[in-house]
Amino acid sequence: MTEVFGVPVPALLGQLMLGLVNGCFYAMLSLGLAIIFGMLNIINFAHGALYMMGAVFTWIALTQFGINYWWSLLLVPVVIAVLGVVVERTMLRRLYKLDNLYGLLLTFGIALVMEGFFRHRYGVSGLPYSIPDAFAGAFNLGFMFLPKYRAWVIAASLLTCFATWFVIERTQIGAYLRAATENPRLVQAFGINVPVMVTVTYAIGVGLAGLAGVLAAPATQISPLMGTNLIIVVFAVVVIGGMGSILGSIVTGLGLGLIEGLTKVFYSQAANTVVFLIMALVLLVRPAGLFGKEK
Amino acid sequence: MSPRFIGYASLLAMGLVAPFVVYPIFLMHALCFALFACAFNLLLGYTGLLSFGHAAFFGAAAYTTGYTVKMMGLGPAAGIFVGTMAAVVLGSVFGMLVIRRQGIYFAMITLALAQLVYFFFLQSSFTGGEDGIQGIPRGRLLWLISLEDDRKLYYLVLAVFLFGFVVIHRTIHSPFGQVLKAIRENEPRALSLGYDVNKYKLQAFVISAALAGLAGATYAIVFTFVTLTSADWHTSGDVVLMTLLGGMGTVFGPIIGAFAVVTLQSQLSDKVGSLVTVIMGAMFILCVLLFRNGIVGESIGLYQRVVGRRPD
Repeated sequence: MTEVFGVPVPALLGQLMLGLVNGCFYAMLSLGLAIIFGMLNIINFAHGALYMMGAVFTWIALTQFGINYWWSLLLVPVVIAVLGVVVERTMLRRLYKLDNLYGLLLTFGIALVMEGFFRHRYGVSGLPYSIPDAFAGAFNLGFMFLPKYRAWVIAASLLTCFATWFVIERTQIGAYLRAATENPRLVQAFGINVPVMVTVTYAIGVGLAGLAGVLAAPATQISPLMGTNLIIVVFAVVVIGGMGSILGSIVTGLGLGLIEGLTKVFYSQAANTVVFLIMALVLLVRPAGLFGKEK
Repeated sequence: MSPRFIGYASLLAMGLVAPFVVYPIFLMHALCFALFACAFNLLLGYTGLLSFGHAAFFGAAAYTTGYTVKMMGLGPAAGIFVGTMAAVVLGSVFGMLVIRRQGIYFAMITLALAQLVYFFFLQSSFTGGEDGIQGIPRGRLLWLISLEDDRKLYYLVLAVFLFGFVVIHRTIHSPFGQVLKAIRENEPRALSLGYDVNKYKLQAFVISAALAGLAGATYAIVFTFVTLTSADWHTSGDVVLMTLLGGMGTVFGPIIGAFAVVTLQSQLSDKVGSLVTVIMGAMFILCVLLFRNGIVGESIGLYQRVVGRRPD
C-alpha cells in the first residue's frame, strides 16, 4: 500500500476529506459572519447557536413531524432566517448607535439562552440522524472510498458559497448591499430602504448558518453544544482571514479545515488547537489577517 | 471624617463580621469572583477592552496553584504566589498577541486563545484531564495558622481580595489610570498626544490577568479542587455578566455583580438545573437592552437626576 510519511494514502485522503467537510462549515459560517459584520457592524455570537438550531430543527422535523431531509433543507433555513428577522427587529436594531461591543454581548446572551434551552430539553448526548437514502454508501474512486453524503455536503456548501459570492459581487442587489456597507446614509438618500436591507442581510446571514446546520445533521453528532464549540473556531478563522473579502472568508475556511484534517493524521493531539495556533502566528506576521486591509 | 471614609470603613466592618452571619464558603466563592470581576473591569470598564477569555488566567493560576501545592508540597501562600505568576506569564504572552488588533477582534482573539488554553488543560497530564486536580491540601499559612478552619481561611481570602481591590483602586486613580481612560475614550487622540498606547494596553492587560490569576489561585485553595470549568468559556462569560450587571467602569459594580450572580447560580442550580444558562443569557439580554450602566451606574444616574448633582 502506498504511504506518505508512514501514513497510508487512503487514510490520509479520508482525513483530508473530513477536513474539507469541516472546512465547508467554517466557510459557510464565516461567510455569514462577514456579511452580517459588513452591514450591521456586529459580530453575531449567536451564529453558532443558530447553526445548532438548524441541526436540531432538522432532527425535530423528522422525528416529530415526519418531514424528511429534503424538505428540511428548504424549510429549516427559512425558519432560522425568520427567527433572525425577529431578533434583528426586536433587539439588535436598538444597538446600532452604540459601541459594537454591545452587539457582541447581546448575541452572546441570545446564544446562552438558545444553548441552555436545548440542553435542558434534549441533554448533551448526541441526537441520531441517519443519512438520507439517496446518499447512503460511497463512491469508489479507485484510490479511496468517498462517502456520498460527504461529497454532497462539499458540493452543496461550495455551491452556496459561490451563489452568495455571485449575488454580492455580480448583481444589482449586491451592488446596493456593498454600497450600503460603505455608506448607508448616502444609499438611503438615493431612495433605497436601508433598514429593510439590514434586516434581510441579517436574515440571510443566519439562514446560511441554519443551512449549514441542516447539512451537518446527518454528518455529525447533533448536540446542543455543537454550536458554541464551532463558533469559537470560526472566530479564529475570521481573525486569520480578515473580514474584508467574501472570497477570502471562503478560502480561509476551506484551507483551515484541510490543515486541521492533516494535523489529525500527523499529530492528532494538536488537531483541536491548530487553528488557534495559526491564528497566533498570523497575528504576529500579518495582524490584519490574510485578506484583511490594514487600517 | 468624610462620607467616603465612613462608607469604606462600614464596608470593611461588614466584611469582617460577615462569616459569623453568612456561610463562609459562599462568601469566599463570591469574594474570589468579585476580585476576578474587578480585574476584568480594569480592562473593560477603564481601558475599553472586552476580553472574552479571562477564564484562561483564572484557570491557569488555579491549576498551577493546585499542582504545586498538592504535588510539590508548597504552602498555600507560596502556591497562590506561583499561581499568580503563571497568570502573569500567560497574560504577557496573550497580551502581546492581542493588542495587535482593536475593537471587536480583541474579544474574538481572547476567546480563541482561551479555548487554546482550555484544550491544553484538557489534554495535559498534570491537570488530570476531565477529572481535574482533587484533594488540594489547604495547609497552614506560614506554618502557623491552619486554614482547615473555614473562618480563618475566610480572613485570608478577604485579605487577598482587599489587596487586589487596593491595587485596582490605586491603578485607576493614578496618572497611569487616567491614560487608560483616555485610551478608552479616544485611542487615536491618546496616540497623537504621544502616549505609547500599545504599551499602556499591554500593562493594563497584564495587571488584569495577574489579578484574575490571584483570584483563581485563591479559589483553588478554598475549594481544594480545580476542574476544567475554571478555564471554560462559560466562566469567561460569567465574569462579563458580573461586570455588566454591576456596572462596568464603576469601582463597586463588579463586586455587587459578582455577589448577585454567585448568589443566583447557587440558589438556582438546585431548583432549575441546567436552565441556569438560560437565565444567565436572559440577564445578558436585559442588561444590554435596558440596563447598560448596571446596578451601580443606574443608581448613580438616578441619584444625579433626583439630587441634581454628582455624589461625592
